[in-house]
This record gives sequence, structure tokens and C-alpha cells, in this order.
Amino acid sequence: MASSIPDVSEKWTGGVNTVVIGATAAEGGTRTGTVTVGGATTLPFLGFEGSLGQRPAIAVEVWDSGAESWPQPLREAYGQALASPAQWAKKAVQFGADLICLRLVGAHPDFGDRSPQQCAQTVKEVLSAVGVPLIIWGCGTDEKDNAILPAVSAAASGENCLIGTAREKNYRTVVAVCLADKHKLIAESPLDVNIAKQVNILCSDAGFPLENIVIFPATSALGYGIEYVYSIQERGRLAGLKGDKLLAQPVICDVGFEAWRVKEAKAPPFAGVTDENRGQWGVMWESATAMVLLQAGAELLVMRHPDAIRHVKKAIDRFLSAAAT
Amino acid sequence: MYVVGERINGMFENVKQAIREKNAAVIQDLAKRQLAAGATALDVNVGPAVSDAQGGLLWLAETIRAVTDAPLAIDTARWEVMSAVVPRVPGEKIVNSSKADPEVVAQYVGLAVENGAGLIGLTIDANGVPGSVDKRVELGAQIIAVAMEGGLSMNNLFIDPIILPVNVAPKNPSHCMEAISQLRAFADPPPHLLLGLSNVSQRCSNRGLINRTYLAMAMARGLDAAIMDPLDKELMDTAVTAELLLARMIYCDSYLQAARHG
Repeated sequence: MASSIPDVSEKWTGGVNTVVIGATAAEGGTRTGTVTVGGATTLPFLGFEGSLGQRPAIAVEVWDSGAESWPQPLREAYGQALASPAQWAKKAVQFGADLICLRLVGAHPDFGDRSPQQCAQTVKEVLSAVGVPLIIWGCGTDEKDNAILPAVSAAASGENCLIGTAREKNYRTVVAVCLADKHKLIAESPLDVNIAKQVNILCSDAGFPLENIVIFPATSALGYGIEYVYSIQERGRLAGLKGDKLLAQPVICDVGFEAWRVKEAKAPPFAGVTDENRGQWGVMWESATAMVLLQAGAELLVMRHPDAIRHVKKAIDRFLSAAAT
Repeated sequence: MYVVGERINGMFENVKQAIREKNAAVIQDLAKRQLAAGATALDVNVGPAVSDAQGGLLWLAETIRAVTDAPLAIDTARWEVMSAVVPRVPGEKIVNSSKADPEVVAQYVGLAVENGAGLIGLTIDANGVPGSVDKRVELGAQIIAVAMEGGLSMNNLFIDPIILPVNVAPKNPSHCMEAISQLRAFADPPPHLLLGLSNVSQRCSNRGLINRTYLAMAMARGLDAAIMDPLDKELMDTAVTAELLLARMIYCDSYLQAARHG
């Protein structure tokens, strides 16, 4: 009898912030739509306890250069489109991208050392090629990010992009340019909930509104420490739901990048492997990684393979319809 | 930690003078500073400032309401003053305080419920402050029982086991901690457990050190509210650090600052 089951639902006092990415013409940008993430007032997909907030969004990864290093199954899926970021982004939209995540890998001193002007040009090309909102991710080295992010931010001024990353030892420049050009900000921490909180307070003290931050608490792939990623994300989320405003930010997960660098996904078949689905391992790895992280509370998934994107969208449909019943 | 700021009290010379001269700026400044320092609510007590306690309290409440909506703890021992003032104070408020005799508590619970207010109940009865832990717990339980009957939610009830100065009553601080720990188990969710913290160090030297050491000790046993001085920064830092050590917040290097983010 349903009536004899005690009510075990948690009463949370906090909730996840909502962050809008992208700006349409009416909002001063040129996007054909915007994407809103966050807003949950309970743990993922527990619809009986509170609001689930916005549907998790999928950003598809596009590189400014260096596609030749991507594993074979990915290069097959994208084909000729990999030749230019604009074509690549169009293909990504065909594959179901809610947003494009443009990663400026080629700016890295060891992988092309592209100039701020070249990076800004790429941003403009991608913006004019597609109508979805844009995430712009630097190359990850402090000095170079501080050189390119002001240029790319200005090139995308008015587009309300999500730009990253701010890190504990390097946040001032990206905070300043996101404030100046009115973008949203990714705050990164190295799998450490204490530092996740610290980066947020540093950005906040530098004048950036906590409500405009998406946090990247670092991601790893299935079989490569995902349990740890899960528990870090969960701890942060529990604190946010209990009212800690410094951990109430939506979470972005770098799924494709991590899944496609594990040997199971990218290596040629080992001698003696008889699994007829061997060619699908990468897709399965990316899909499974994404689904685990959705359960940890990810709001924004950065993905790569069209089949994995399809599987994950179906899974989100299932999770949401189960939560609604 | 539910911090009730103690500074608006006619016992303090500057407040006494402000009440007599109706100097609103002094009171409003104290209200704003205490809240900025982390107070959740503000205690309001005319003390010996004026003979018209009712008029004094109403003037204080009105003066403070002009600058904040924070809960006000209306602090008087006289029923006729309390019952006249509480209904006329707008916004959130706490009745501070009732003794534990059942017929007295029932009266105060009624006043609190009618006015949507919280209530501080002291574990003291017609026989005075109990000398034992058991008697404190008994009186606390009595307050909880009457509050439940009267429809006051535990979230709106604060039990104060009465802290006495450590130089006068050396075992009293330990008794209070034990009583706090036991009283938390009487209801689920439990009522708030509160102390008038500064009293522990009356007429002692090292008052700040005694106050903050005792605050941390009592928090470890379940204290979650105190009438105290939020302008004592070391005391507030101690409260935040104790919450950290009790796993009520996640650490970061700037955790003191983070806690003040609210």
C-alpha cells in the first residue's frame, strides 16, 4: 500500500543557479536561440523531491586545429568537415549540438602557438557558421590564455558566450574580459571541492557574479577515476542544495575529451580481441561516461561522437520521463 | 549558527543614552553593523535606560525596522510589557523570554503562536536556576512539551539552559553543555539550543577568550544559537571555524570570508 510507505524525501533549502548562454538579436547577439542550464532544487532526476531544473544540455566539441590527432572513429564521423572549424561546427549542429564548445587547442605553444588574432578570427567564423550559443575554451596554459582570451572575448562581444577557464592561480584576466564583454564564466578546479569553492570566491571577490559561473570540477572517463569525479561532484552538489552559494553553480563535464583519450576508445584492437563491437568501444565509453556524470548532477556535457550524442539524448529522455512519473 | 546580536541593550552606556535622547542613528548603526558582521537576528532590550519599558521597546523596534527586516528578539522579563509590545512589532520577531513553569510557558507560547513569533524558553522556574543537569533537562522538556501542545514549531523554539559566570558557578558551563546534548534528543527535528553567551565571562578577565572557547565547546555538544556580540570578530571567526569542524560547511582557503557570503 502506497500510503504505508514513509515519506523519505529530502527538504533542501538551496538550489542550483540557472545560467543562460547565448544571445539572440533581441538580446544584442546573433544566436538563433539561447540555452539555459541549471535550476534543480534536488539531486539529479529525483522528481519526487523537487524541481529537476533545465534539461541537461549537450555541447559538441570543435577544435580550432589539430583534428588529425583525433581517433579514427571520430575522424570517420566528421569526415571532410574537420578541415575547418566553421564546417566542423555545422556538422556538430547536424549531430544535435545544443551549443558548440570551441576549444582553442592550436593556441597552445606546443600545438601551433596560434596568435590572439587568429583565435579571434576562428571565433568569428564559428559564430557566423552556426546559430547555437558558443562555449570558448582556452588552451590551458596561463600565459597564453591571458593573451588570447581578451581577443576572443571581444570578438564574441554581445554573444553571451561561456568562456573558460578561471583557475585558482590564474583567474583575473578571464574574469575581467568576461565582465567587460558580458560573457558567462567557467571556473575550473582540479578534482577538489575545496578549490572549486575557493575559485568561486576568488572570482566573486574580483567582481564576477556567482550567478554567472558554471563550474568545471574536472572530469575523468569511465575506468579512469570516474568514481572520484562522481563523489567530488556529489559533495559539491549536496553543499549547494544545503544552501552553500559558493557551490550552487551548474556543472560542465568534459566527456568527449576524457573518453576518447583512454586506450580502450582509441587504440586499435588488441591481438586476440574477438568482440564484434570493438569498433563501438569509443562510442560506448563516451556514452557511459556521460550517463554516469549526469547522475552526479552534470548540467552541461561536452561531447564528440554523433552516436554517443544520440545515445545520451535518449538516456536523458528516459531519465526525465521516469522522473516525471 | 543562529546569532542573535546582543548590542542593542540599555545596559550599554551609548545605547542607554541613545534611548533617552531618541537618537535613532546610534541604534540604526548598531543594527546594521551587527547584521553586516553576521548576526541573524537582533536582541532589543531597553534595560535601565527609561522607566517606560514599553515605549522604549516600541521606539527601538520602529527605529530598527526602518533599516532592516531581520528578526527582532524582544527582550523583557515583564509579561505586561511583552504582551503589549510583541503584537505591535512588524515583521519577524522572537519573544525573549519565558520561564519554564508550565502555566507561564503556556501563556508565552500562546503569545508567540498568535503573533507568528519565535520563543526563547529558559530552564528556570519559580525555584530559580537549577543546580543539576537533570533538573535543567526536565525544565527544558517541559517547555518543549508545552510548545508542542500549543502548536509552536520546533524551528521557532529556542531552549536556553542558562549559563552563569564561570567564576561564580564553575560547574555550570559543563552542566549547560550536557543539558544541551540531552535536550537535542527530545524532539525530531530538535528545537534550537541557545545561550546568552557573554554571561559565562561576567566579571572575568580574558572575556573574549572565555566566550569563544566556550562557544566552540558548546557547539560541539549541539548549541546552534547564541545571544552574543557579533562585533567581536574573533568570536564570529570561532563560530564559523567550529561549524567547519562540525562538517556543516565545505572547507576552502577563504572559508571565513566564504561564510560571510551568506
